[in-house]
Amino acid sequence: MLLIPCPWCGRRDESEFACGGEAHIARPADPDAVSDAEWADYLFMRTNPKGAHRERWVHVHGCGRWFNVARHTVTHDISAAYKVGEKPPGDAS
Amino acid sequence: MADAYLRQSPLAHLGLAARAAIPPEDIEGTEAGVVLCERPARHQIGLRGDARRPAFRAAVKGVLGFAPPAKATTAAGGTGLPRALWLGPDEWLVVTDDDDAATVADLSEALARQHAHVVDLSDARAVIGLAGAGARDVLMKGCTLDVHRRAFGPGRCTRTLLARAQVIVHQITQAPDYDLYVQRSFAEYLWAWLEDAGTEYGVRVTA
Ligand SMILES: [Zn+2]
Repeated sequence: MLLIPCPWCGRRDESEFACGGEAHIARPADPDAVSDAEWADYLFMRTNPKGAHRERWVHVHGCGRWFNVARHTVTHDISAAYKVGEKPPGDAS
Repeated sequence: MADAYLRQSPLAHLGLAARAAIPPEDIEGTEAGVVLCERPARHQIGLRGDARRPAFRAAVKGVLGFAPPAKATTAAGGTGLPRALWLGPDEWLVVTDDDDAATVADLSEALARQHAHVVDLSDARAVIGLAGAGARDVLMKGCTLDVHRRAFGPGRCTRTLLARAQVIVHQITQAPDYDLYVQRSFAEYLWAWLEDAGTEYGVRVTA
């Protein structure tokens, strides 16, 4: 069981949350301009890293807010939780 | 709110008033470590808006006498009514007396020209009172929230899961004394769970 640090509520048990998959996937600005393959890539293709990963989570049985979590998929170590719109820690881009 | 003649508590069929009327000396066992009650019906108002905007805070304060709490998982209004429970960074539950129909109307009017939301949710949730020396232990049996007095004290509130049912937990006093807001379709289940969980401490039902 994970203890997830909600940016609003603090550390709460995983059972209060739902995972929304990989974070920082940008919708193509002009969907009509992309190929079917590019659209399919946006819709369906996700990285599945063994290691550092950034995910979206929602505190569904708490404050109800979506936010991002940086989690190591092997150790489950959560290095950061940050609000939507904020830059991931350690990301200079 | 439903017409008065149609309104019925989701716990009405449990005969809690009759159990509460039994004199304590007629109840087997000596100590009741867990005291359960159904709180009287209250006006419950869903409120949403941007707490960073002075106009929103001022409009709410003008009606309730206090601004909606900006600090996460805290309640404003103390032990009386009205109260405002923080549910999310732009979401609160305002609780007032059952016969106070003015507050929802006044909030709607005060916020009419703002990007805000006021809706009467009075009959959505039942409110169960949980108190007694064993109350904290009962919560710990079915809730992953840290309810240690250093982590969660009077004036704190949050949505969480209790026995897999979503509840709003609001600690009223240090005693401790909790309000548990539960969706009415879960109310009987949660009441039964609380009685079962409290059995080892001794359960008393009060009005
Ligand atoms: Zn939260």
